[in-house]
Amino acid sequence: MRLNELKAHELLPMISRQEVTVEEAVTCVLDRISAIDGTIQAYITVTCEHALRKAREADARLAKGEPARPLEGLSVAVKDNISTKGIRTTAASKYLEDFIPPYDATVIQHLEDAGAIIIGKTNMDEFAMGSSTENSAMFPTRNPWNPKRVPGGSSGGSAAAVISDEAVIALGSDTGGSIRQPASFCGIVGLKPSYGLVSRHGLIGYASSMDQIGPMTKDVRDCALVLSAIAGHDPKDSQSYPGELPDYTEYLIPDITGITVGVPKEFLDEGLSQAVRDAFTEALEKLEALGVTIKDVSLPHARHALAAYYVISSAEAGSNLARLDGVRYGVRTCASEDFASMMAKSRGEGFGPEVKRRIVLGTYVLSAENHDKYFNEALRVRSLIARDFQEVFETCDCLVGPTSPTVAFEAGEKTRDPLAMYLSDVYTVPPNLAGIPGMSVPCGFDKEGMPVGLQIMGRQYDEATLLQVAYAFEQATDFHVRRPEAEPNAYELAGGERSV
Amino acid sequence: MKITKEDVARISVLARLELDEDSQSQFVEQLSGILKVINALDELDTSGMNQTISPAGLTNVLREDIALPSIAPEEALSNAPDREGAFFKVPRILDVD
Amino acid sequence: MFEPVIGIEVHAQLKTESKMFCSCSTNFDASPNSNTCPICLGFPGALPVLNKKALEYGIKTALAFNCDITECSRFDRKNYFYPDIPKNYQITQDAFPVGLNGYVDIPLDNDVRRIRIKRVHLEEDAGKSIHEGGTITDAAFSLEDYNRAGVPLLEIVSEPDIRSPREAYEYLCMLRRTLLYLGVSDCKMEEGSLRCDVNISIRPKGADKFWTQVELKNLNSFRAVERSLDYEVRRQSQVVAAGEEVIRETRHWDEAGQATVSMRRKETAEDYRYFPEPDLPPLNITGSRVEEIKATLPELPGARRERFMRDYELPEYDASLLTDTQELADYFEEAVREYGQAKTVSNWVMGEFSRLMNATGIGIESVKVAPSDLAAMLKMIDKGTISGKIAKTVFEEMFTEGKSPEVIVKEKGLVQIADEEELIRIVDRVIEENGEVADQVRAGKDKAIGFLVGQVMKMTKGRANPQMVNELLRGRLIN
Repeated sequence: MRLNELKAHELLPMISRQEVTVEEAVTCVLDRISAIDGTIQAYITVTCEHALRKAREADARLAKGEPARPLEGLSVAVKDNISTKGIRTTAASKYLEDFIPPYDATVIQHLEDAGAIIIGKTNMDEFAMGSSTENSAMFPTRNPWNPKRVPGGSSGGSAAAVISDEAVIALGSDTGGSIRQPASFCGIVGLKPSYGLVSRHGLIGYASSMDQIGPMTKDVRDCALVLSAIAGHDPKDSQSYPGELPDYTEYLIPDITGITVGVPKEFLDEGLSQAVRDAFTEALEKLEALGVTIKDVSLPHARHALAAYYVISSAEAGSNLARLDGVRYGVRTCASEDFASMMAKSRGEGFGPEVKRRIVLGTYVLSAENHDKYFNEALRVRSLIARDFQEVFETCDCLVGPTSPTVAFEAGEKTRDPLAMYLSDVYTVPPNLAGIPGMSVPCGFDKEGMPVGLQIMGRQYDEATLLQVAYAFEQATDFHVRRPEAEPNAYELAGGERSV
Repeated sequence: MKITKEDVARISVLARLELDEDSQSQFVEQLSGILKVINALDELDTSGMNQTISPAGLTNVLREDIALPSIAPEEALSNAPDREGAFFKVPRILDVD
Repeated sequence: MFEPVIGIEVHAQLKTESKMFCSCSTNFDASPNSNTCPICLGFPGALPVLNKKALEYGIKTALAFNCDITECSRFDRKNYFYPDIPKNYQITQDAFPVGLNGYVDIPLDNDVRRIRIKRVHLEEDAGKSIHEGGTITDAAFSLEDYNRAGVPLLEIVSEPDIRSPREAYEYLCMLRRTLLYLGVSDCKMEEGSLRCDVNISIRPKGADKFWTQVELKNLNSFRAVERSLDYEVRRQSQVVAAGEEVIRETRHWDEAGQATVSMRRKETAEDYRYFPEPDLPPLNITGSRVEEIKATLPELPGARRERFMRDYELPEYDASLLTDTQELADYFEEAVREYGQAKTVSNWVMGEFSRLMNATGIGIESVKVAPSDLAAMLKMIDKGTISGKIAKTVFEEMFTEGKSPEVIVKEKGLVQIADEEELIRIVDRVIEENGEVADQVRAGKDKAIGFLVGQVMKMTKGRANPQMVNELLRGRLIN
């Protein structure tokens, strides 16, 4: 087995015992990227020299006898909406094609302090708006299980990089499912933490009240490792959770007897595909066999979550993206003679259709005549949804359901119909509205070999229970060890040629 | 409520976002579909519900009034599409506030 | 006849070390864009964190203006596009400002006018646009400096309760005085740390409906506010008298032309799409926190003025002048504590003291005369050590040199001659040298005695005790 194929927790002891050098480990990942990323197209930027320099620095430190740090030498793929000082950060937008942030996101500082090495910046839907990574202004990312299918989105690049062993660990961001849905489509583990658990400082804002950065990893143990490194109070994010946090790796025990797991009936509605339903049913049986109590519950307002989500997220996004005016950074259309038309033209040319759609929707729902009817009403519905969760968590320790109604769909299948694309997030959106954690773990494959994800949701700031249940489930199954077969032949694939 | 082409045109001005004819018509259709879903919120009785602005539930998050070094002007300006000396340069401003 | 209906919005920069939402220095005189960071430049991913002091200053000011403090206050985004607004939205307070429903009392013509304060709220300042080669609209381009972007501002909005240009002037003076007493702002209009926008309409006297209002901008001094309002009342009255309608618009005060000039029509109200700032948790300002801050409030100008009139039995005029600044009022009180007689101190502070400050341009904060020195000098007059006339010379010396009155009197030999024997010798010499005049006095021409007194004073360089000289002359010539 090559080093890039190892889980983080397998590679770490080898590095700390100096059985392999960090440079070897990083080189292995870089080799894999050059071998396969022309097909997968997971990365917008590969930080080859940076990674090798950091690797040599780490080796020098280890050689001096310094102890290995918690994530020493791990190659991390970072979603391209997370600011990296001196490293181009595009949010997959033409508008920020050449943007080099003057500062690091807090998570980047945490990862680097823990010894992780940024290997590259991954592709995504432009400004994290989308569910297939087809809204990237750069190029689409392909699903390593079947390159004709999408990897999910918006953190599709990070998900594809992890499953194709182009990274050891990855960061994604999740506003309405953008970690969990691609994790599910690519068959990896993805965790959206409780709102406020991980600092948003440096995350290019999409919907400020829901955005969270989280781990995307090969298994649950890696997920806990990364979460432990990035979670924690940050005075630079006013919404950051100030409480004490546990060591998440301590919850990785295979015993989950006595835990009550709720199954919201709203997550098993008519929109659920048969393949996912089957995999989910089997997963439930597995959980029951592990000794948990399964309980049917209801989140009566969950079916309105998608509507509330699109109102709130678009409103916040429209305002957040207003700063892209072509003055301090970004693209400027030079032909314009005055500020207003310069800005309007630059944005018209610089943003893709989905981003424009959300800006228009967001502006519409906040405009004077619609403000109360749409925006305020959505905020009230949000309260109802949060209350639903609170009520079920009085009797359940966590909830489970499918992560997405379907497995990864064909590229181009939903690009013409935004509403159909939005429906892909129908089960992942409610936790974002309520601020609770949600996680996707592999729970099966359909007949065509596409992975299915199990979503686990928990009480606010109770990531520990999610990890515990996920770990026990993972230990009892082998979905997480499967890998896509032989490298797909790029020449057989139509369209979506890499342009950057 | 239905969204019209006039709405889209008006909003594109309000949002400083130039849209060509084609995308305007396309948006009218797509957004009408999305609004149909959103209008379902009307079915709910939300009377007496608070507005959840943020799920964090924190209050009074403050920092001490201490001035710390800023970033270097060169760094601040390094991404500027246009500059003059240490200033960001913009085309003239027609609408005066 | 018509009466003006005036409302004023004041923006005061708060005197904090760091900006409202980031740690950059508030010193915006620094070289362009040197006090900026990803937060105040509105870089993607940068988040605001509220300055504790700015909030405290906001609450303090709201309390000083008798506002109700909003328990669940919060920040909102005001969305509009302008190159000096880095995020293209301003973080401000719309629905739940820190303070609501206050008032301030303005003494005016022996009466007190109460102007209601609608709201007091916190917000961030914009950067500065420099329009190269002309005015804003005909410049080819503008240059942006974001040093000022994010500096904390307090906006104080009055109800339309102001009824005359002079009242507007007095309102602004009281506002500034109060902010200075609170120590929350420098209030320097010329440096832009205090700015005001004025709304004015006219209506028939006694009517309760409002007519179309006009917004006035470019008001660079309180006098400019008063004069532009004078102009605008005249202009609007003429418009109405001519049977036309006042147009809703923004007008610019042209200082050189002493007139308001139309800037642009307000066709429709702007749609700022306010919504709660999701990046900032709401505030919870408890009653006990309010009490804590209340306890730190200084005695405010109105109350101090009242107390000066009551406790020191000063006329209103004296009390108003002495309480104009906290420093002057403190100075006065300290001198009174040492000396005792308030009116005498007041006369000196408002008289010689103010005259010298004005003449030299030295402010109260850098005056060299300690209040205790002023008191010591007044005591020397009372004791007869120096005459009232000499005292003026002594005080001037104190003011310029910063020496104590005792030292000056000693150094310059200014001690009053009150020694009877010495005075007799001088008086006798004067009588001898001015025999003719002495005879006139002896013959009953009482007035002529003044000449002899003058001669004695001349001979002693003003140091003789005039009363004693008078008595001695009379004793020798009349009895």
